[in-house]
Amino acid sequence: MIYFDNSATTKAWPEVIDTYAKVSENVWGNPSSLHKFGDKSFQLLEQSRKQIANLLAVNPDEIYFTSGGTEGDNWVIKGTAIEKSAYGKHLITSEVEHPAVRNSMEQLEKLGFEITYLPVDENGQVQIEDLKAALRPDTILVSIMAVNNEIGTIQPINEIAEVLKAYPKIQFHVDAVQGIAKNIWSQIFNERVDFATFSGHKFHAPRGTGFIYAKRGRKLAPLLTGGGQEKNQRSGTENVPAIAAMAKALRMVLEQENQTSLNERNIKNKIIDHVKQFDKVVIFSKDNEKFAPHILCFAIQGVRGETIVHAFEEYDIYISTTSACSSKKKMASSTLKAMQVPDSISTSAIRISLGEENTMQEADKFIEAFDNLYQEFDRLS
Amino acid sequence: MKYTEIMVRYGELSTKGKNRKDFINRLGDNVRQALYGIDGLKIIVNRDRMHVRLNGGQDDDKVINILQGVFGIENLSPSVRVEKNVEDMQQMAVKMILDQYVTGKTFKITTKRQDKEFEFKTFEVNNLIGDAVLEAIPGIKVDVKNPDIELRVEIRSNGIYLSSETIKGAGGFPVGTGGRATMMLSGGIDSPVAAYMGMRRGVKLDMIHFYSPPYTSEQALAKAKQLTSVLAQFSGNIRFIQVPFTKIQEEIKEKVPEGYLMTVQRRMMLKIASMITEESGRNGIFNGEALGQVASQTLESMRAINDVTTMPVLRPLLSMDKTEIIKIAEKIGTYDLSILPFEDCCTIFTPPAPKTKPNLEKTRQFEKNIDVESLAREAIDNIQITTIHANEDYMNENEEIFAELL
Repeated sequence: MIYFDNSATTKAWPEVIDTYAKVSENVWGNPSSLHKFGDKSFQLLEQSRKQIANLLAVNPDEIYFTSGGTEGDNWVIKGTAIEKSAYGKHLITSEVEHPAVRNSMEQLEKLGFEITYLPVDENGQVQIEDLKAALRPDTILVSIMAVNNEIGTIQPINEIAEVLKAYPKIQFHVDAVQGIAKNIWSQIFNERVDFATFSGHKFHAPRGTGFIYAKRGRKLAPLLTGGGQEKNQRSGTENVPAIAAMAKALRMVLEQENQTSLNERNIKNKIIDHVKQFDKVVIFSKDNEKFAPHILCFAIQGVRGETIVHAFEEYDIYISTTSACSSKKKMASSTLKAMQVPDSISTSAIRISLGEENTMQEADKFIEAFDNLYQEFDRLS
Repeated sequence: MKYTEIMVRYGELSTKGKNRKDFINRLGDNVRQALYGIDGLKIIVNRDRMHVRLNGGQDDDKVINILQGVFGIENLSPSVRVEKNVEDMQQMAVKMILDQYVTGKTFKITTKRQDKEFEFKTFEVNNLIGDAVLEAIPGIKVDVKNPDIELRVEIRSNGIYLSSETIKGAGGFPVGTGGRATMMLSGGIDSPVAAYMGMRRGVKLDMIHFYSPPYTSEQALAKAKQLTSVLAQFSGNIRFIQVPFTKIQEEIKEKVPEGYLMTVQRRMMLKIASMITEESGRNGIFNGEALGQVASQTLESMRAINDVTTMPVLRPLLSMDKTEIIKIAEKIGTYDLSILPFEDCCTIFTPPAPKTKPNLEKTRQFEKNIDVESLAREAIDNIQITTIHANEDYMNENEEIFAELL
């Protein structure tokens, strides 16, 4: 099997599952219990937090565990809205965000908040001038993703941060779900970032894990209230086995980050170099530094994306139409739409997303399959 | 990246002429102690530099971190040894540059050829490596004047050593070259920072910690020991002296008027600290006081408290702001521990309104209500002394078991 759908989810590594199993079996106390057995879980929880913080070079008290990217995005956006509505009711985001961000914003709109959706250029990138024009005295949050999940654009987070330095009261959120362990950390995280969202299953941790980074001193209202876990910010008994497993997975992916990213970039470039020779192919993910190494989106004009996905399936190659979330709804990609790509082309788009385990040999096999399929598509259309 | 060794260059001590040998030996001992508990390291101390051979395990970052904190070190370079052949050298060079490379960065190769037998000349080595890097990393550029990444290559008789980073050390003097003193360590933010400042000037410190069970918890004691273990990274092993203080505090609470509780209590602490200092042959007492920070730290208070001893009381934080102190605490890694909310000796039995300007005569008078000499003697007879090493864990007894899970 060739799995080229790592932006949808990744395989939990055996070492990671091993930790999950061992902790479930041996350290299953409630971290909030006063007794020694519960304290052991508490210490493991805190050691996991410390490890994650060290890996990202932030403070342990800036890491809060969640159930994943969707919760993180919801929390930062709605939590900011609740916390800061007295100061303003205007939020800024982009037209190419993940639905977890977009639909949270839309929900706030119904509650009387105003949202500005920044447009993007032909690369799917937000323009700094548009951001500057959108800022208002009552703006409370700017939420921009690090790496677009559909075509892999890296947003200009450092430039946005530079602009926001003049507006210290505005909270700056980066949805970094697709940006971890891709050797682009310095492009997507800096001192001005107040919040960042991460999801465990995108880096070989179990489903239902994630965390947010929340800078010291920044305020966020909790969405889940209850027993007061996570310093009263996110109640619910902590999922210690999965959290420990996630801490391990993060360590493992970061240990091989540079090699992996170079490998991914090489695979991506090899496929681009090949498919670009064909007339009906339109490539959206460029092979330059504006794009992450692991995501490649292109269209074969005249063939529906889902047809292409199923055709590759026959070769035991797994890719997706743009994002897993929208693919079953037969929606045209919102990112491509925002890039002004006509529906006739964007419905033919597919996404290859690479991971730690992919190889150049797989790229060769993909190319072989592509050649066969392209001939067929060409004959039928 | 698996490094083979860390090369350590000495700091200020290079200029110290005839003391040089002592300084270097002392620094060698301090490095050994700071790296205590990390198995499989080999430390070779030479006249001009020190080599720390690594264990090939997971500890490289930790070792680098710790060495950065040891006083007397100017800078350090993690390096990798490869066999003396071109392919190995090229491969490793590419790997090391890749490790730091992000799009747009430039590089430079600097070769030192100590082994004059080596088949390639310096500039040939530069070219061999440069070409390999340019080929392997598309888009990378050479910049010999202002490179982002400088790869240093040393050709020695036993192999080729490559390093791509020079990391700044802590400077200062090796701890121990500046004599010995005691330190009154509470567990708050200030006293560990004061200890750090004393150590930086080469002073070796013994920690004196007052504890009052059951008013203070086991955790408060563990926290003080943990802070000491953090500080041991900068100075090597530290003697930790815990002084039982419950009886004295109860006695004072019972017999001294409320406004003077704090002043008399501090006098007792200083008196005991002074006796311990004297009896163990040390030459001063450090503490974490900053002028005006709290009631006991006004000039009037300091005079009323200092009255009990002629031993020098050294206050490295005297004129610093709280924010500056916190900044250092964060840098040296004591802040997160210090803010853990366990009661310590200074916070229990605090009267609602302590005298900020205690009268010296009255203080002396009130103190006569208790039997100072025999209470102090009894406390000192019951002190417990532990030697605390760097990298020990007093807070989380399971840390090592967990490390395997994570």
